[in-house]
Amino acid sequence: MEQLILTVILTSVPLIFAASGELIAERSGVLNLGVEGMMLMGAVSAFAIAMGTGSPILGMFAGAFAGALTAGIFAFFALGLATNQVATGLALTIFGTGLSGLIGAPLVGHAIDGLPQIHIPLLADIPILGMLLFQHDIMVYLAVIMVGLCAWVLNATRVGLIIRAVGDNHDSAHALGYSVLGVRLLAVMFGGMMAGLGGAYLPLVLTPHWAEGMTAGRGWIALALVVFASWRPWRVLGGALVFGGITIMQLAGQARGWTIPSQFLSMLPYLATIIVLVLIARNREFALANSPACLGRIFHAGK
Amino acid sequence: MKKFFTTMVAGAFAAVSGVSAAVADPVKVGFVYLTNPGDHGWTYAHEVARLDVNKHFGDKVETTYVENVPEGPDAARVIRELARQGNEIIFTTSFGYMDPTLKVSKEFPDVKFEHITGYKRSGNMATGNIRFYEGRYVQGVVAGMMTKSNKIGYLASFPIPEVIQGINAFALGMRSVNPDAEMSIIWVNSWYDPVKEADAAKVHIAEGADILAQHTDSPAMLQTAEKAGVHGFGQSSDMKAFAPKAQLFSSVNNWAPYYISKIEQLMDGSWSTGDGPDHWAGNTWLGMADDYLVLTEFENMPADVKAAAEAAEGKIKGGFNIFTGPYSDNQGTVILKAGEAYHDGNLWNDMNYYVEGVNGKIPG
Repeated sequence: MEQLILTVILTSVPLIFAASGELIAERSGVLNLGVEGMMLMGAVSAFAIAMGTGSPILGMFAGAFAGALTAGIFAFFALGLATNQVATGLALTIFGTGLSGLIGAPLVGHAIDGLPQIHIPLLADIPILGMLLFQHDIMVYLAVIMVGLCAWVLNATRVGLIIRAVGDNHDSAHALGYSVLGVRLLAVMFGGMMAGLGGAYLPLVLTPHWAEGMTAGRGWIALALVVFASWRPWRVLGGALVFGGITIMQLAGQARGWTIPSQFLSMLPYLATIIVLVLIARNREFALANSPACLGRIFHAGK
Repeated sequence: MKKFFTTMVAGAFAAVSGVSAAVADPVKVGFVYLTNPGDHGWTYAHEVARLDVNKHFGDKVETTYVENVPEGPDAARVIRELARQGNEIIFTTSFGYMDPTLKVSKEFPDVKFEHITGYKRSGNMATGNIRFYEGRYVQGVVAGMMTKSNKIGYLASFPIPEVIQGINAFALGMRSVNPDAEMSIIWVNSWYDPVKEADAAKVHIAEGADILAQHTDSPAMLQTAEKAGVHGFGQSSDMKAFAPKAQLFSSVNNWAPYYISKIEQLMDGSWSTGDGPDHWAGNTWLGMADDYLVLTEFENMPADVKAAAEAAEGKIKGGFNIFTGPYSDNQGTVILKAGEAYHDGNLWNDMNYYVEGVNGKIPG
């Protein structure tokens, strides 16, 4: 059983990174549908650098950097040239999928060792709990720290207040003298960095090789997760574990011969997201509480 | 101007005398790929074979491929375009191209079409496939002898005949050496999702499996096995580089002899959709005996297991029909009595059960 829980934790990590990054971008009012593309760019860069230098840690930084850079392309168009965010985001996913395949072509067929597990002294020796919580690779801890950081910055700091102000009413924020595009650029780049880290987790830990399109739709689940979490960081963490738990439960159910059709369990994360969307749409107060009012809307300073 | 005029004349002449020009021109061969060669699995194996075709024929052929072609109606557009570009024989390399290929084959009666893994044929459309299940019988023998927990974990993609054949062939091989061993199946509902494949492998291991097998395309399962210290088998191409200690062997799809023989038939005019093996006209379905399916070196196993694996491989190459009675399904119903055996048609039409030794039910 604890082995299964461990699997749930690990499989949730890419979702936690990607979704909490996207959450910050969306709270600033930018809908970036390019998460899948940014994750793939992060994955291929992380693998290339980890293989070339022999250091998975450097690979991790490369993944974060590549993700941020890819997000920069989105920012150039969607913020700089005020293009439609939905179309630009979709284009970014297609672009990232293609470019990562091109860069990764010579890397196919190689394997690396991946990130080592860190045994935290004493705590790691606690029965069961030690294995579940204190024997992970560095990126698991980093994921939790980043969620905490996002929550703290958003809710308890001035920076968070500015991000939320820009996302909720960009005209007012502009009138108050904040650089709407500047804030959004940083938020989008941060989202890209986190998506890059989420992507990097695949070739660095989960499946230590590179293969084209290896994220297989996790970027889209991360997008759903942001809505599922109703734009609250800690709920992203919980939601990622729920999504991961459902995935593993349906696999384990099959191995144990449960009679629930696996297709039904496969659709549960999406079903949950739709239900949350319906709830948000029906409950205006709930929606107003968290959903950024200017999400996806183009900002023109002159208006 | 004069030069331009000469070119025009030469061009017109070449067009008019197309027949004589064709003698010197290379034969154009088209390929349609489901994903891209970067998958290191199914499409990669086709790409390796295409390069072998180029090597074998040199400048006598000119090959073209289109990658990442989605299955379904849109594929017809790609196939039609390849036909229009003058490809004389077109290989469409996935099950879902069956109907589009059939449709285009009727529009271009002079072009030959070869559809991989399907069953529909026409006057100028034949089919080709590999007996993948033969390698899985050998895997079953090795797994049955190697397992200590008597639990085998199997990753499956979709419940289509080819995959069911593989599961049952594996189980028959396993039960031929170990009547106590059991297989459990996890359907990943994808040909290719590395993370989900790795997750499913971890689940199998957590449930006690010590040998893993896969009918999915990525090396993720073997990498997971390597990390956990258990063993497994690779799929489509040699995956030793990913799991040097865990891989027992890989079943490698070798499409080159099929491609080469079909192109040779086209060149010497003997190409037809005529009789294939076992009353299946127009179908090329060969396996280990003809090197269409190749097993990599048997590794990471004791000498007696290796000997048994070699014996099983030799037996199949010698013509042994794996689906020979007596055997029952996993509900205890007798499927074949002693002396009875399946024909190829039975493999596609009648195999809607798991044999003894496989847990659970076929989904859907």
